[in-house]
Amino acid sequence: MILHLTIILLFQLAGEVTARALALPVPGPVIGLAALVLAFLASPRLARAVQPTANGLLAHLSLLFVPAGVGVVGHLGLLGAQGGQLLLTLIGSTVLAIAAGALVFVWVLRLTGDSE
Amino acid sequence: MTEFAEIWSYLSETPLLWLAATLGAYVIGDGLSRASGRKPFVNPVLIAVAILAAVLWASDTPYATYFEGAQFVHFMLGPATVALAAPLYANLSHVRRAALPLIAALLAGSVTAILSALGIAWALGVRGETLLSLAPKSATAPVALGISEQIGGSPTLTAVLVILTGIIGAIVVTPLLNLLRVRDWRARGFAVGVAAHGIGTARAFQVNETAGAFAGIGMGLNAILTAILAPLIVGWLL
Repeated sequence: MILHLTIILLFQLAGEVTARALALPVPGPVIGLAALVLAFLASPRLARAVQPTANGLLAHLSLLFVPAGVGVVGHLGLLGAQGGQLLLTLIGSTVLAIAAGALVFVWVLRLTGDSE
Repeated sequence: MTEFAEIWSYLSETPLLWLAATLGAYVIGDGLSRASGRKPFVNPVLIAVAILAAVLWASDTPYATYFEGAQFVHFMLGPATVALAAPLYANLSHVRRAALPLIAALLAGSVTAILSALGIAWALGVRGETLLSLAPKSATAPVALGISEQIGGSPTLTAVLVILTGIIGAIVVTPLLNLLRVRDWRARGFAVGVAAHGIGTARAFQVNETAGAFAGIGMGLNAILTAILAPLIVGWLL
């Protein structure tokens, strides 16, 4: 498990180094993600080994957002003054984005003739 | 016996207290969520944040002090992003077969998320740094913070907006897509991953494994696309 966590960290490290060295707009962990998928494709044995640890990390994904969320304490004044507008914006924009993504997905599926 | 004030001054200088508090608050939030039968509006992140914010306020603790302890949890966002490779790889055959719908839905969801956030907020009179902080709100937290800084927003405000977006997405996705009669788990998961990142993805995994995998893919791809689109769109519009 430690070995597999190390592999995940090394891919993140490689991603961060690549992003910085090439001044890419894409965040390092996202490059690490892509590189790890390619590594899994090259070696299904690696995929079988790392998958349980990776899925274990993802099982508690929500927890990882808590520290950033507590940052709300620094913005209570702003949220008091403009909280209504911001909440309306977030609800409106999130509803529109989910609807647009799902409807376009289904629509293009139908166009390409795949209806699983 | 040691005075409480002395114990407190020891605890407030080590990461232990706030690390334990973060996990403890999440355990409470997760327990309440489970007790409710995973009702989406009983969100463990929202409950944990509310508990911790109240504790910080009551103990007069600055966020920076709290974050010294909580940063160990926050740090794991990076490895967790890399770990999304596992569900992506496991579902690669689905991804290959649905490549066109994926690309089209990604573009539609990502552009809609950025443009509608800026448009609605502008119409409601939000301006300046606060408006800019909204642009990357659908991208996953570590990515959104970097984008916000780059385009002149406030990273900590963006963090809060990102979390709220995730919670809203997790709450509305099931009723919204039932209303729109979208039954395909790939479409449902992918859309919520694009619009509501990791919290939406966590919700999708609770509902259906295929939906969760596609949500993870949507979140990963939208992190890349938002990093490219948000600076461009903000540059054109503002």
